[in-house]
Amino acid sequence: MTLVLEQLLNGVQLGVTLFLLAAGLTLIFGIMGVINLAHGSLYMVGAYGAALVATKTGSFLLAAFGGLAAAAITGMMIEFLVIRRLYARDHLDQVLATFGLILFFNQAIVLLFGRQPIFIGIPPLLSGAVQVLPGVFYPVYRLAIIVVGIAVACALYLMIGHTRLGMLVRAGATHREMVRALGVDIRVLYTTVFGLGALLAGLAGLMAGPILAVQVGMGEQILIVTFVVVVIGGVGSVRGAFFGALIVGVSDTLMRAFLPGLLRGVMTGSEADALGAGLSSMGIYLLMAIVLLVRPKGLFPAHG
Amino acid sequence: MPRILLALSIAVLGIGAAAAQTPLKIGVITTLSGPGGYLGADIRDAIELAIELEGGKLGGWPVQTLVEDDGLKPGQGKQIADRFLKSEKIKLFTGIVFSNVAGATVPDILDAGGIYISPNAGPSNFAGKECHRNYYVVSWQNDTLHESAGQNATDLGYKRAFILAPNYQAGKDALAGFKRYFKGEIAGEVYTRLDQTDFAAEMAQARAAAPDVVFQFHPGGLGIAFQRQYQQAGLLGVIPMVVAAPSMDSVILKAVGDAALGINVSSHWNSDFDNPANKRFVAEWTKKYNRTPTSYASQGYDTALAIAAALKATQGKVDDTEAFRTAMLKADFQTVRGAFKFGPNQHPIQDWWALKVEKDEQGALALKTKGKVLSNHSDFYASQCKL
Repeated sequence: MTLVLEQLLNGVQLGVTLFLLAAGLTLIFGIMGVINLAHGSLYMVGAYGAALVATKTGSFLLAAFGGLAAAAITGMMIEFLVIRRLYARDHLDQVLATFGLILFFNQAIVLLFGRQPIFIGIPPLLSGAVQVLPGVFYPVYRLAIIVVGIAVACALYLMIGHTRLGMLVRAGATHREMVRALGVDIRVLYTTVFGLGALLAGLAGLMAGPILAVQVGMGEQILIVTFVVVVIGGVGSVRGAFFGALIVGVSDTLMRAFLPGLLRGVMTGSEADALGAGLSSMGIYLLMAIVLLVRPKGLFPAHG
Repeated sequence: MPRILLALSIAVLGIGAAAAQTPLKIGVITTLSGPGGYLGADIRDAIELAIELEGGKLGGWPVQTLVEDDGLKPGQGKQIADRFLKSEKIKLFTGIVFSNVAGATVPDILDAGGIYISPNAGPSNFAGKECHRNYYVVSWQNDTLHESAGQNATDLGYKRAFILAPNYQAGKDALAGFKRYFKGEIAGEVYTRLDQTDFAAEMAQARAAAPDVVFQFHPGGLGIAFQRQYQQAGLLGVIPMVVAAPSMDSVILKAVGDAALGINVSSHWNSDFDNPANKRFVAEWTKKYNRTPTSYASQGYDTALAIAAALKATQGKVDDTEAFRTAMLKADFQTVRGAFKFGPNQHPIQDWWALKVEKDEQGALALKTKGKVLSNHSDFYASQCKL
């Protein structure tokens, strides 16, 4: 039982990381209609920005600001220099251009930092494991990620539901032409939303840094799963991104943890392991296929 | 007047170049990007170091390397091989790091009549019945790495092991190899994904299984992430760890830091080996690249030496693959790892050593050689190979 609880926490932690990425991705798609494959690169830029500041200053707080600033500035630069020219084009052009950006950023990072992965230490305040329930120890840092992720989700909920910017975002997601016709400076809104998405991706990247290796190509690994989240949650819906991310995070973790064990009850050990490992890596894609069959617009579609 | 002189000198230089041997091209397909990128970079740099130390030659014959990044994608490795074979007319190949890339790429090279000399991957499916006259492995057969870890765990007196490896050919070879030589009980067996970076779920399973020892095979960036998360989960120091060389190379060691103290490693090579070839290699490597060589670097260097020895005997020719084979199988060179010969399946027969992560005199972390684990060790599949 304690194992199930621990795995649930692991799933939620993966879920909130995915949410931070998916929220930006889904906002950018919902409002601007742009498929941004380079979103993973912003995650990487956030992680590298934080790693750079952390190795120079040794302060995690400064590193966090460094990572956020690097991601947000890079995001707005991308929007200003590249994406802005793509709004009127079709999705194929957007995919090509943002794929080019992935190659550009990966090579730029190789030139600046080299191929060897770098590491940021966990801040001493958040290191070690804590007993969350009798017999269940959980790393403090991962708990902190869950707390930050949920706090960001609440902040986004308030921002989108109760501020002027949020109103424009909602309007932009559903009636883009009308927003433009009403005289809202859509370019500023686009740059802001892209910057916000980049900021969230950078936050996910810098928080993942101390757990995973900060390395070239780290963004692409998580980007594919992020797209699954966006599709399951419903394109353009931040609420969908939140629940989609939690569903994907928890189901992926639980399948990885328990499927081989369950299968071992009905077949021999090595076959169960091989089948379990195979099925659990397919799991979230199967889930996506089922959601697409039953609810083609996702679980929480943005457009009515 | 100056123009005539220029033309003359170009003509003279041109004739000079034509008179010299055109260098033999060696195709190096390796992984240079992503979490496993430093593995391929070390293999490439070591091959280039060996060539540079001989003044642009191997075995006295001029060579030229063509290096391409497979990105750990089997399809990409295949495409590069195809291009090297058809457009560059390359006959001699090396460099592949990962067994899944080797699995897709090597058969194409061999079918086209090429020669492949592995500096790293030694998947079990090419070591037994599917062995080939033009396929050589200088590093190790995958299983043997982990057989040494299994033997090491047995020697250290562990009774219950929890074992993990990624779900691909080398990962399956790893767990099979470990189980073959570990005499205790297996408390749990988990396959991770080759692109996985978060091992929280597996850490929880390892803790719940409460074993004496954890054995894991996670090369490159995977290994760094695994070790750090093992520490963050509070398992380091609670459940000891036994691994083979790829899961604790000098890069992982540097990234993990003090947390790695006390981890038991088994390897066919270590930077502290006391033989002249190794001393020269480590000194020249450190001078040129200013970093500690990994075991991948040692394998790349040994591969270059093996090629050099063969080229010396065949007068720099690779067209007659049987003559090349005779020369290659003599293994007439001093490896940096010590005793070495090719077995009947053209995979190494070599010694395996126990290493431990300790602090050296300057207080820096280093892998220290402790003692021999297996002597003159061949591999499980050699007997199935009929050449």
